[in-house]
Amino acid sequence: MSGVSTATAEELAEATAPDRFWNRQRRLGAALVIIGLIAAVIFGALAESATARFTISEDAEGAALSINGQLGAILFGVVTIAAGGALLAGVAKRWQTVLLSLGIVTFVFSFLCWQVAGKFLPLVDTASGSLELALPLILGALAGVLCERSGVVNVAIEGQFLMGAFGAALVGTLATSVWAGLISAVVGGVIIASLLAVLAIRFLVDQVVVGIVLNLLALGITGFLYERLMQPDALKYNSPPRLPEWRIPGLADIPVVGPVLFETNLLVWLALALVLVIHFGLTRTRWGLRTRAVGEHPTAADTVGIRVRGLRYTNVLLGGVVAGAGGAYFTLVSTGAFNKNMTAGAGFIALAALIFGRWTPFGALGAALFFGFAQKLANYLSAVGSPVPNQFLNMLPYLATIIAVAGLVGRVRAPAADGVPYVKS
Amino acid sequence: MTTEAPEKQPAKKEEQEESFVKLFLHNLWSANTVVVTILSIFLALLIGAVLIVISDSEVLATFSYFTSRPSDALTASWDLISQAYADLFKGAIFDPAAVQAWFDGSGDWKTALNPLSETLTYAAPLVFTGLSVAIAFRGGLFNIGGQGQAVIGCVTAGVAGFAIGLPAGLHLVVALAAGLIGGALWGFLPGLLKARTGAHEVITTIMLNYTATLFLGWLILQNGVQDPDRTDAVSKTIESTAGLPALPQPLRVHLGIVLAVLVTAGVAWLVNRSSFGFELRAVGVNPPAARTAGMSVGRTYIKLMVVAGALAGLGGAVQVLGTADRLTGQVAGNIGFDGLLVALLGRNKPWGTLFAAILYGGLRAGGNLMQVDVGVSLELVTVLQALIVIFIAAPALVKAIFQLRDARTARLGTSMAKGW
Repeated sequence: MSGVSTATAEELAEATAPDRFWNRQRRLGAALVIIGLIAAVIFGALAESATARFTISEDAEGAALSINGQLGAILFGVVTIAAGGALLAGVAKRWQTVLLSLGIVTFVFSFLCWQVAGKFLPLVDTASGSLELALPLILGALAGVLCERSGVVNVAIEGQFLMGAFGAALVGTLATSVWAGLISAVVGGVIIASLLAVLAIRFLVDQVVVGIVLNLLALGITGFLYERLMQPDALKYNSPPRLPEWRIPGLADIPVVGPVLFETNLLVWLALALVLVIHFGLTRTRWGLRTRAVGEHPTAADTVGIRVRGLRYTNVLLGGVVAGAGGAYFTLVSTGAFNKNMTAGAGFIALAALIFGRWTPFGALGAALFFGFAQKLANYLSAVGSPVPNQFLNMLPYLATIIAVAGLVGRVRAPAADGVPYVKS
Repeated sequence: MTTEAPEKQPAKKEEQEESFVKLFLHNLWSANTVVVTILSIFLALLIGAVLIVISDSEVLATFSYFTSRPSDALTASWDLISQAYADLFKGAIFDPAAVQAWFDGSGDWKTALNPLSETLTYAAPLVFTGLSVAIAFRGGLFNIGGQGQAVIGCVTAGVAGFAIGLPAGLHLVVALAAGLIGGALWGFLPGLLKARTGAHEVITTIMLNYTATLFLGWLILQNGVQDPDRTDAVSKTIESTAGLPALPQPLRVHLGIVLAVLVTAGVAWLVNRSSFGFELRAVGVNPPAARTAGMSVGRTYIKLMVVAGALAGLGGAVQVLGTADRLTGQVAGNIGFDGLLVALLGRNKPWGTLFAAILYGGLRAGGNLMQVDVGVSLELVTVLQALIVIFIAAPALVKAIFQLRDARTARLGTSMAKGW
């Protein structure tokens, strides 16, 4: 906040002018230097001077990358300071992203060295756990990308998750088929999405209001049916089969990456493939061009003959499909049974990932992975009894998003017509 | 259907010029506020009835031979639905049997008044969170952060309630003020970000909601806050000197509802009569015009979010000092999000919000009895509450379903989104 908090929205718009000293790059550099100092001094001082082991193999004793915890904390902190210093000194613009990433990654490493000193952190488990926790966030954020790039705000991701999770548990159990469960998860997501579409596009209701109310509706309906059907007779209604884990021979033997990416369930591959497909679709196809046109300037799009409302309906429903599949994660992958309000705000973290990822598929993927890693780390730290409270790590997605929208680290911009209903005049 | 009576009154006032009966009949089936509200509630109850039937396996079984003996299915459904909704009424307003017993002398007044007491107990915090959302709406801001502000209000009021020792009365005032200030701070943040950087308040307040909940989860496990005799996440009990005075047991209704009415009057004055109210309405209608007229839009946003946050924080304080008496992870329940629905139902008018909160409190109180008596889950109330607001927010939908005439005067604008 320092130095920036006095800037008004108008002044920030001027910040792109080249003569301004505290431009974005220098602000980022200063921030990196500060967190680097924190890492080198505080983490370094607190860290135990014992070996921190990052194990590569499944067991604790096997091959590992190891470093003295205190040394590592200080070393990585110094690298963070150096990256920040380079940004402050004003290096070429093309190095900016690289240096920023380097600074953040080394800061995280420094933190890990402090926490893991004298213990060990299984890398494979951490990576696959992060990916698994990120899975619903990826799918939810992609659903948001589909909706919001065409100009419909989607706050109802949470509701779509819940309906998807509920549908998967109910139908999956009744049909004793995980695939039937997956399909009905999609149907559950589409039900909420179609309500959102009709109310927002046809009846012009404020889209944020609809989204919030639909979340409560989904919470109420799934909770109601859970207590009436699933709680009295869980065996009959609430014991869906789990999504099987598949192993691709050969590829799965690659250390670390193999077990994470190639020995997992279908939903992970689906999510990663969807990131590619939606990215390609948005940037390279006619559908994508039209979607972006409708999301940025619907009147112009209408003038050249694009059916604005029709395209928005299509995209919101497609979003429902993706978010519903994300809901299936909760019952078919994670816990294996539906529970009241089991998504517990994941839909809003997905929304945060969407915004933090700047409304792009790859940005959403990166943000979701980052948030998934933060959650996994929080679980790990509370398991090893770290003094850092896991609640604060769980706050990270939310705080990161606030910082992103406030323009403290770069500026995120939503599609121009996002949330504005289109009325043909 | 329970608050029709108070809601009809404003409509009647408008009909003074022509013959009363003629105007009344004309307006009866047109899409004005009152009719749409009543029909929305009716539609919600209708859908709720369908949910009750399809989730009851015994009643559902009678539908399997519907074509041969339809009377079975219809009677069974009707019995279940009427019993559930009768319970909703009995739990929210009064139980005729208990009132009868009171007059006979075989029961006491406490049992007879208990449903009303429950309704008002649930309504009290919702009034505050509802007003918080409503006043922000009038200024063109969508305060989804009511939940987070209420949680922080709970935290500060609760901590002030057990951590400091003061004489009765003063302690209560201090605890309420603490809740108010806590909520105001949590509202100040998105207001400041909106004014200074243009960060959309919907995004920032959503994120702050979860931040507040996580903070509460961390705080109640800390030494000095957690109850030393307990291992689970429960704080110490609030001193009796800080509790809101209540009617004798088992009635739970407390001073919070009186405070709610006073605050409603205060907010009504603030919005409609004060210069700040004029400013916020001007900014809400057209920010560039307000700026041209010499108002500072940014400063209005900040002040508005501080007031909205303070109201929600007060709601949290009333919840914790009136009913909860200690902090837990779920102490604020869902009062922030319910406040959102309440404000939408009350059409962002202070007195409308008060009535809407009482209606929602009644649904909640009646839902408890319904759950105990016929085993229809309390979650049905959430469904009803959400459905009512969906229909209210989409008057065109209600109008289309019932083929309503266009209203003569009522301006049934759907609140148009501005996007992020």
